[in-house]
Amino acid sequence: MCNCGKENSKYFEPFETVLSEFKGEEPDLIPILQRLQDAYGYLPEDIIRRLSERTGIFISRILGVATFYSQFKLKPSGKHTIKVCFGTACHVIGAETIAEAICDELGIALGETTEDGEFTLESVACLGCCSLAPVITIDDEAYGRLTPTKVREVIRNFKKEAQAV
Amino acid sequence: MKLMIGLGSCGIASGGLKVKDTFSAMAKENPDINLILSETGCMGMCYKEPMIELIDDDGLGTVYGGVTPEIAKEIFEKHIIGGAPVEEYVVMKRDGSGPEAGFITQQQRIVLSRCGRINPESLDEAMAMGAYKGLEKAIKTMTPAEVVEEVLASGLKGRGGAGFPTGLKWKFAAAPVSDQKYIICNADEGDPGAFMDRSILEGDPHSVIEGLVIGGYAIGATEGYIYARAEYPIAIKRLEIAIKRAEERGFLGDNILGSDFSFHLHIKQGAGAFVCGEETALIASIEGQRGMPRMRPPYPANKGLFAKPSNINNVETLANIGWIILNGAEKFASIGTEKSKGTKVFALAGKIKNGGLVEIPIGASVKDVVFDIGGGTSSGKPFKAVQMGGPSGGCIPANLVDTVIDYDTLAATGAIMGSGGMIVMDEDNCMVDIARYFLNFTQSESCGKCTFCKIGTKRMLEILERITKGQGEQGDIEKLELLADQIKRNALCGLGQTAPNPVLTTLRYFRHEYEAHIRDKKCPAHQCKPLIIYEIDPEKCIGCTVCAKKCPVDAISGSLKSPHVIDQPKCIKCGTCLSACKFGAISVD
Repeated sequence: MCNCGKENSKYFEPFETVLSEFKGEEPDLIPILQRLQDAYGYLPEDIIRRLSERTGIFISRILGVATFYSQFKLKPSGKHTIKVCFGTACHVIGAETIAEAICDELGIALGETTEDGEFTLESVACLGCCSLAPVITIDDEAYGRLTPTKVREVIRNFKKEAQAV
Repeated sequence: MKLMIGLGSCGIASGGLKVKDTFSAMAKENPDINLILSETGCMGMCYKEPMIELIDDDGLGTVYGGVTPEIAKEIFEKHIIGGAPVEEYVVMKRDGSGPEAGFITQQQRIVLSRCGRINPESLDEAMAMGAYKGLEKAIKTMTPAEVVEEVLASGLKGRGGAGFPTGLKWKFAAAPVSDQKYIICNADEGDPGAFMDRSILEGDPHSVIEGLVIGGYAIGATEGYIYARAEYPIAIKRLEIAIKRAEERGFLGDNILGSDFSFHLHIKQGAGAFVCGEETALIASIEGQRGMPRMRPPYPANKGLFAKPSNINNVETLANIGWIILNGAEKFASIGTEKSKGTKVFALAGKIKNGGLVEIPIGASVKDVVFDIGGGTSSGKPFKAVQMGGPSGGCIPANLVDTVIDYDTLAATGAIMGSGGMIVMDEDNCMVDIARYFLNFTQSESCGKCTFCKIGTKRMLEILERITKGQGEQGDIEKLELLADQIKRNALCGLGQTAPNPVLTTLRYFRHEYEAHIRDKKCPAHQCKPLIIYEIDPEKCIGCTVCAKKCPVDAISGSLKSPHVIDQPKCIKCGTCLSACKFGAISVD
């Protein structure tokens, strides 16, 4: 991403705030990236470059860490994130049919973002609320004991409510 | 009167916060009612969430389940104001009565003794139920070596999966002389289908902190880390609060309880990598690197975090420590079997009627857990198998349901004790599909450092995918066995070495299902979509149109009162029509 014109803007302010809280040594790298992602929604290229310049940690090392852990995103996400749980309990009760229904409803595949930028659809290994299986979360709110029909309703209702706001 | 609202992750996900809001609002409307509103962690009966417990002035607790805001209003009016329990929604009473009391009374709770009984953010409530008494005893009356001996004598084994004796691990870490040592709590509970550690951290974080401080004292570590999954925000928040409270009260920090022992505790958040549950990968992650396992030796006890002697224990292991020190190794060792001592917490989920958190003495049988406590399958269909130990474990079939739960007996079946995930399956679950599911998981989580795991699991997954798609070939089973053997013997870390287990156990007990997929191109459980076909029997179909209306992809056509037909290329094999038909006209093969 081009960073011309941003030099004097407020764009880097959150970056400075985050960096000021750490010594900037290698053991801080994961917490720094986590905080930066909280601030920017993802890890923009110009932020990674600046992080490397300021800490002396090679870009290759930063990217090595950022691509190793599934939490980090190098591309911006949609306004809302839907996570489909693929834990064992969800799997045996039908996570796959839930995912198929959502993909069909939104017209995207797992890992993609809708064209209007409203929804990003992700799969997660386990959300840890197995008794609610099969379960999804939309922006950290859990919806459990789903069926393909129910999950279509959940998404339609969510869209309606989001539009109403 | 005191009202506790269950706000573990499950409780919140089921709508516990709305219930809390309702009670708060009603308490405000009725200021003359003497009611203390509090919250608690997981009560264990996940199948009855959201749950609340109302403790009368005489101390008797009444637990309600399936509470909605409407039911909350009713409970407030009738029980809190009126004094009469609303029996319809009562799950159990703490005197052991109530329809679901058996779920709790058949358990033996050491690790979970305070879970769901206290406000996890209140140190006073934890202390009223015994927290930090073990620490006090250790620091004031025992030498570090005596603490190690006590844990060794208790027979406690690591609850994270591998089952290595905890006391021995501590002995190894206590031995080296170093200016700095570390003790680490592995709270990176990554097994899909496991939520024991999360529930302990959310429900009783002080039990884990107490275990860490005692462990630090025993091995001579002054710094500790809790490495927690980032996916567990509530657990992390409650841990942060608990650490602060413990510091204020002198259980953490400099000169603990007036002694010359100091101990500082930090939380490190994981970033989503299953392999970080392996101890050397976890260390790499705390150091800010890619979480890849390292060759052992050197073992962490000699050269661990930041190249200093380190000791790593799992959440549940540490939660046992305070109890062991306080009550003595002998009492702990009196529970369990000859070789496996104490209790084990299981997360019971899948197709189970009463899913939740179960703590049983080691030595109970699979049947005790699945049927006596769990109530059998949720579908009412025959129980087929239970998967134990997640991606490193295996399936125990229905005919071995009397298997005793201890480390050695389980290992003999090909499954493992594991960290405690127990996923129940009924006859509708395909065992080849389960094996494929776990291989898909280990393959996508493989860190890529060693060839046997990186490429071996990929090849195994490809074969399993072919089999479940109806493209299996003669010789596939033998290829799977060869690959499994090589991966087991040569992978670098424990996770890689155990990755073939789900395939090996399903091959051992359900080989005929593999053969049916490969030879007959049939899925006996009717789950592998490319191998099944839905058909309507024109003799039985009366043309009620229900199936056509319910079909999500409009693949069923036909006019009213005449037999319907399924358009096979359009059919997504979701099974909606099968469950919708009241006349048994739809069959699957």
